[in-house]
Amino acid sequence: MHRRRFLAAAVGAGAALASGMMLGRHLFSGELFSGVGARRRKIPGRILGAAASIGHRLRRGTPVLSALSGVPTRTETVSCVVVGGGMAGLSAAWRLRKKGFSKFVLLELDSEVGGNSRSGETEVSAYPWGAHYVPIPNADSFLVRELFEELGVITGHSLEASTRGLPLYNETYLCADPQERLLLHGRWQEGLIPQFGVPESEQRQYRNFLKQMDEFRTARGADGRPAFAIPLEGSSQDSRFRRLDALTMEEYLKEKGWDSPHLRWYVNYCCRDDYGGTLDQVSAWAGIHYFAGRSGRAANAAPQSVLTWPEGNGWLVKRLRERVQEQVRTGSLVYRISRQKSEQKSEGTSGFFVDYLEIGNPEGAQRTVRLIADHVIFAAPRFIARHVIEGFPSERARVSEAFHYAPWMVANVSVDSVPAGHGAPLSWDNVSYQSPSLGYVLSTHQEIVRYSREKSVLTYYLPLSDEAPEAARKSASKKSLEDWQDLVVGDLSRMHPGIESRITRLDVWIWGHGMIRPGRGFIWGKDRKAAAEPWGRLVFAHSDLSGISIFEEAQYWGVRAADQVLAHLPTVPDPEKLKEQGS
Amino acid sequence: MTFLLLFSAFVVSTCGLVYELISGTLASYLLGDSVTQFSTVIGVYLFSMGIGSFLSKYVEKNIIATFIKVELLIGLVGGFSAAFLFVLFEHVSSFRILLYSLVSITGMLVGLEIPLLMRILQDKFEFKDLVSKIFTFDYIGALLASLIFPLVLVPHLGLIRSSFMFGIFNVLTAIWTLQMFKRDIPWVRLLRSSALVVLLILVIGFIYSEKIMNYAEASTFPDPVIYAKSSQYQRLVITKTPHDLRLFLNGNLQFSSRDEYRYHEALIHLGLQAVHEPRRVLVLGGGDGLAVREILKYDTVSSVTLVDLDPAMTQLFSKQDWLVKLNAGALRSPRVKVINSDAFIWLKEAQAAGEQYDFVVVDFPDPSNYSIGKLYSTTFYRLLSKVVATRGAVVIQSTSPYVARKSFWCVDATLRSVGFKTTPYHLYVPSFGEWGFVLASKEAFQMPEHFLPGLKYMDPKTAKAMLDFPPDMKPVATEVNRLNNQVLVKYFEEEWSEYSH
Repeated sequence: MHRRRFLAAAVGAGAALASGMMLGRHLFSGELFSGVGARRRKIPGRILGAAASIGHRLRRGTPVLSALSGVPTRTETVSCVVVGGGMAGLSAAWRLRKKGFSKFVLLELDSEVGGNSRSGETEVSAYPWGAHYVPIPNADSFLVRELFEELGVITGHSLEASTRGLPLYNETYLCADPQERLLLHGRWQEGLIPQFGVPESEQRQYRNFLKQMDEFRTARGADGRPAFAIPLEGSSQDSRFRRLDALTMEEYLKEKGWDSPHLRWYVNYCCRDDYGGTLDQVSAWAGIHYFAGRSGRAANAAPQSVLTWPEGNGWLVKRLRERVQEQVRTGSLVYRISRQKSEQKSEGTSGFFVDYLEIGNPEGAQRTVRLIADHVIFAAPRFIARHVIEGFPSERARVSEAFHYAPWMVANVSVDSVPAGHGAPLSWDNVSYQSPSLGYVLSTHQEIVRYSREKSVLTYYLPLSDEAPEAARKSASKKSLEDWQDLVVGDLSRMHPGIESRITRLDVWIWGHGMIRPGRGFIWGKDRKAAAEPWGRLVFAHSDLSGISIFEEAQYWGVRAADQVLAHLPTVPDPEKLKEQGS
Repeated sequence: MTFLLLFSAFVVSTCGLVYELISGTLASYLLGDSVTQFSTVIGVYLFSMGIGSFLSKYVEKNIIATFIKVELLIGLVGGFSAAFLFVLFEHVSSFRILLYSLVSITGMLVGLEIPLLMRILQDKFEFKDLVSKIFTFDYIGALLASLIFPLVLVPHLGLIRSSFMFGIFNVLTAIWTLQMFKRDIPWVRLLRSSALVVLLILVIGFIYSEKIMNYAEASTFPDPVIYAKSSQYQRLVITKTPHDLRLFLNGNLQFSSRDEYRYHEALIHLGLQAVHEPRRVLVLGGGDGLAVREILKYDTVSSVTLVDLDPAMTQLFSKQDWLVKLNAGALRSPRVKVINSDAFIWLKEAQAAGEQYDFVVVDFPDPSNYSIGKLYSTTFYRLLSKVVATRGAVVIQSTSPYVARKSFWCVDATLRSVGFKTTPYHLYVPSFGEWGFVLASKEAFQMPEHFLPGLKYMDPKTAKAMLDFPPDMKPVATEVNRLNNQVLVKYFEEEWSEYSH
């Protein structure tokens, strides 16, 4: 009845007699362009990173934890416990095993090790969930080079006159060309430094800026140490460089008179990329370290090339995990670390009780386990220490209040055909000048097939730097999968109109505490230094102790902690010698 | 009678939607960026239909005759739309103006149809039934068109033939309407004869669709196109004159039958003659079988493995008569094994399996993009050196040392950087110009003293001359091409763009 009246009214009002056909066409065209202007179709996907909510049980006063105060269901005695299976924990374990020591356990809260170097996989490709490359190491980054030789990333050293002694890298791991492109004024250009339509006055500032960074790269302080080293602890203490930590990157640019909007965009991009913070949130020393810290050379690659894998640094995680498999216990929520009460032992030499909950237990029953250990390597983010260490002096616990962590959102977007665009061809790293995100990397970039596969996974990075970390975490936790998908699809559609119809899946990972964000004064301030002080036989190991979340720093702290533990142990027989004796 | 008229609504709606889809598809096919093309075509089309509907009120008399004329016009314009756009694409400076004019005209005519039809039928039904019936048939027609277009028309008939076919349907609608109302309309004879003329033209167009398609393609090629096909990887076009047969891949000349013997004799015999008793030979690329033809002239060769990505290519050259004649049935020889696979991946597996070859021919397209550039990299050549026997050799198609001097010497430098000893050489191929190859081996190259009898180009004297590079092609220092720098693609782009401008 109503419908008929409506139709009659429509016709009667003189609406085009062809409206039936028109309507038909509209419905049809609507089918072709679902999502343009209309509500988009549903894309499969889910939100990952849920371990955070389990981790939050560690906060004081939550009922779950108070229920755990009873006697553990099982007790074991080990020599050492590594708490945390990110890059620092894995590196500590790698070092311990390499030195022939295996009486330790590595506890990881999540179902997989790797921390922010975690990765995922679809039938099309493996892809990263966080860290996704390592620059070729500096000449004095001995540990990284040792690991890379062990893993076949470095295949040998050059014997040719011009490059003698420089490492030769496995070329399938060196990031293939074309590496980076930037969408600027509707066209893709090669490289990330804006070029199209940038006036000469700004170009001059680029040159001055890059020249200054080059000088910093080779600069040494009065103490003879490099101005910006990796590991960071090797950097010069010369006040000429250290004073830069008292400025933000914003203030530093201002001091130098560099006001080019495009240069500022680029430097801001880099600060967000490495530290998850904007120009005004990041220490100038840290900001400069991004540009001046790398001096690696190779016999078969340009200086400062990068190494990458489809799954990003997840490839390193897999290789390290293979080496320490027996010691890893995933799904283990450490809820209390306490000093073993001992009459005979003094404060500094007493051992620890490490209590954890088996949350990954397939039987469903959540059992608690107590590990009695002489040593603890605390390789979780430093801010967690105050929640789990019992009897930790309050002034030591408070140190971590100076530690700020940047929240991130990372999305992995499966597409059934890769996007192109006008100008520079699809690259490994694809960034848009307009976008609030850092752009996306292409997981299938390292493939060697002649006709690159159409299907791929794009990893989209968004540091949540618009709000203060605490507020950003709160707003992130309120967003639904659809909210995130709308945001990512909207942004990608601006880079590649029509890409939505090619998306077959879109998963999202929320990193509440994605990485340490070094604010003004953090790098050379007292809190960072104090935070790294061991507590008796408990030593800390995490990249946040450097203030810079990169693989090399995580590895440095992990190996250093392992060495500290090994120094206290009765001499461990060298595995090589042991083998000889056995034969 | 009323049923036939309602059926007309169904037919005109199907035809109308098909024309719209054809224009949209053609526009995205020829201009790229399908979302923009489809969106603007549909927009312009719908708007023009609105204009048509609006104009319908000015048709006061002879509604039926007007309807018939409109049908004939649509048949003509719509039927020829695809052929028209295809053929004119190469020749008009502003193709978009042509496209949108055509879309507007078709849209306006289609917009007239339904209003006129409703007025013809207005006395046969009550208004509510009329609206309901017309719209029902209209929608069913739209559904049918939207389903058969992607499923039947595009894959089986092609765009040009489909548009002629639906033009014919429009004319048939005009003809049966004419038959039904022949007593009610003036100038019946004139209308009928013009209908038949239009019908005839469309049928001829339909029959010669293939020729029209070839003509459209042919305007890009100097000679008549006798074969054109888009495979999964590339567009294959073969052109032919009485004395010449040419293969183009994505518009790039691969060979001309008049002088390909120069290219292939030079590619094969210098290296293969120098290998002592070659048995196992590998050919990467070269799906035309012409290099294999030369290889099979050696009796000691017991197996040739040809790895070419595109099955469309190797099948064509093992089945098509004149092509089989050209490669002397090389791909059908029991000594030859054809594998359709990506060369890089295949080589990686062959190397892992420990396979060894006495002679390897690498005949890839020029390094004009990053995906092909990978096949000229140190990583690829390192794999290659592992599958070549110690006393064997590899020959690599290395573009023109005259046009792309740096590119040519970059291939040479890259081969040397992985430990090969190289022998670069060149020759003149009339259809290509100066062309170059690099012969790479682990032991120093020994110039053969004689070549197989019956060759048209290679003899010891020619071979010696090929090694000599005049000053304008002499070696230049270049970087080594690696996966992580792709310098070769950059050199190549630079050098060929200078040359073509």
